[in-house]
Amino acid sequence: MEIKTTGVAGTLESSDIQVMLSKGDNGIEINLDSEVKKLYGDQIEAVIKTTLTSFGLTDAKVKAVDKGALDCVIKARTLAAAQRATKTTDKPALEVL
Amino acid sequence: MENKAARHIPETVLKSLALKPFSGVEIGQPEVNYVGHQVNITTGENKVVDSIADVIKKTLKDGMTISFHHHFRNGDYVFNKVMDQIIALGYRNLTLAPSSLTGVMNDKIIAAIKQGVITNITSSGMRGSLGDFISHGGLKQPVIFRSHGNRARSIEEGEIKIDVAFLGVPAADPAGNANGQTGKAVFGSLGYALMDAQYANHVVLLTDNIVDYPCTPASIKQTQVDYVVKVDEVGDPDKIGTGATRFTKDPKELKIAQMVNQVIVNSPYFKNGLSFQTGTGGAALAVSRYLRQSMLDQHVKASFALGGITKPTCDLMDEGLVDKVMDVQDFDKGSAASMAANSNHVEIDASWYADPHNKGAVVNNLDVAILSALQIDTKFNVNVMTGSDGVIRGAIGGHQDAANAKMTIITAPLVRGRNATIVPDVATVVTPGSSIDVVVTERGIAINPARQDLIAALTKVPGLNVVSIEALQQAAEARVGKPKPLAYTDQTVAVVEYRDGSVIDVIKAVKD
Repeated sequence: MEIKTTGVAGTLESSDIQVMLSKGDNGIEINLDSEVKKLYGDQIEAVIKTTLTSFGLTDAKVKAVDKGALDCVIKARTLAAAQRATKTTDKPALEVL
Repeated sequence: MENKAARHIPETVLKSLALKPFSGVEIGQPEVNYVGHQVNITTGENKVVDSIADVIKKTLKDGMTISFHHHFRNGDYVFNKVMDQIIALGYRNLTLAPSSLTGVMNDKIIAAIKQGVITNITSSGMRGSLGDFISHGGLKQPVIFRSHGNRARSIEEGEIKIDVAFLGVPAADPAGNANGQTGKAVFGSLGYALMDAQYANHVVLLTDNIVDYPCTPASIKQTQVDYVVKVDEVGDPDKIGTGATRFTKDPKELKIAQMVNQVIVNSPYFKNGLSFQTGTGGAALAVSRYLRQSMLDQHVKASFALGGITKPTCDLMDEGLVDKVMDVQDFDKGSAASMAANSNHVEIDASWYADPHNKGAVVNNLDVAILSALQIDTKFNVNVMTGSDGVIRGAIGGHQDAANAKMTIITAPLVRGRNATIVPDVATVVTPGSSIDVVVTERGIAINPARQDLIAALTKVPGLNVVSIEALQQAAEARVGKPKPLAYTDQTVAVVEYRDGSVIDVIKAVKD
């Protein structure tokens, strides 16, 4: 799977997460900004990484701004951003979820 | 050592502050002595002066204790006006002992701490930048957090010895009679400030509205006042309280409010003569609406409502559903106006309200208290002081005091964003679980096992989902996951007292 453009999904509303994906060449690099980073930072990064890996991405730069989203929301936003970045939105990869 | 709330309290903290560990909620019948205060005798026909600085120079020395009230809340101009002068005059090592601290004071306090002007603080709570500053070790001496009732007790017993009280009022006469009900920046009850007026060595009123003698009702009396300082403005009326109170439309809050109402209506306390205290959150305000309907339907009248008062509570009195409103502070314009207009809306001071060491406070006569929480743990302990990140962002207020009610109900959503509200252990114990009876969340209600009578009465109510507190905690964790434990340093930045002055918990500096 190849990143063709910058893909964004999600909002900055409470309980949401905004995920922005762009081209990278050094594995999955996550820059996370979260109000619950101290408590759930590792967990959030793990969910993003697992979602991208199972979608088939191995290299990507991720900028995530979290407003207290639950794991299911993080997965959904990450997948949407990935499909937009890879221009594959015509084939929803729901099995990743 | 471990106290009765199972919290570790460092011996060094107990020793250096000469405090005892929390040993239970029972106050017993100890004999105590109240302290006196200095009186500078004057005939006092005219105490009006124009200069805050002159009054400060006449009354204040390095190392003294100063106090303020927080009845102006975020509309307060008095605190910053006075502190500007104190800082400019170069004072050092002062203890700040207000009834509580509001956001508009934060920057000034941080500046005063950095310059060595303020070196000790006792308060009901603090929020925002100041809470963050203290939680990162900004003040060397630990802050002492006291409930409103405990502050009254501490003043009476001399643990807080106020040298100069700077009290802003919207109306005062030249001799110092004053109230919070007339003028531009009205806030209603002066409840917390009445302690300062009664016990401080020097009482300085600040007002933008000097009225003809005698100013009545005289909540603060000329017998107590040394100076009346004329200032341009004491507060911003629009920021003192919220305007018209709107009822929440949040379905979660409405559901919680409905369940709280069912708990009250099906408890043994729902009968003529009922008394209650509600908070100010969305759910608490909605409770008064449901309770109103239940009282109308079942022909039940309440004898009094207590506490921080809002307009919906006053409306119940106007409708004849509540006989009296016992009011230590007002949260909105409507309730402040009600006090001025209705003799059944009674101003009470903090001691009468909630003091554990007097000959009986109103909280002891209270049937039902509805209170909120940042966190509740499986031992029913409540935290209203530190956020899920361990940073100070709250106030005890009257929480520990009102929890003295015959039935104390805590309302909270199961989770807030990604933070669980029902947790295995609260970050800070403020109100001990032994004084909490019922926890109401949108996912069900948990009843303290010590209250088998309530379990029996409420389990059979159709539609009330009574579950264990552990089940609520697990439901919360299933939704948000298990958080990483918070990291703290060894520095104690604050001590949380129980209402009798014992130490119920300490707050450590957060590691960032």
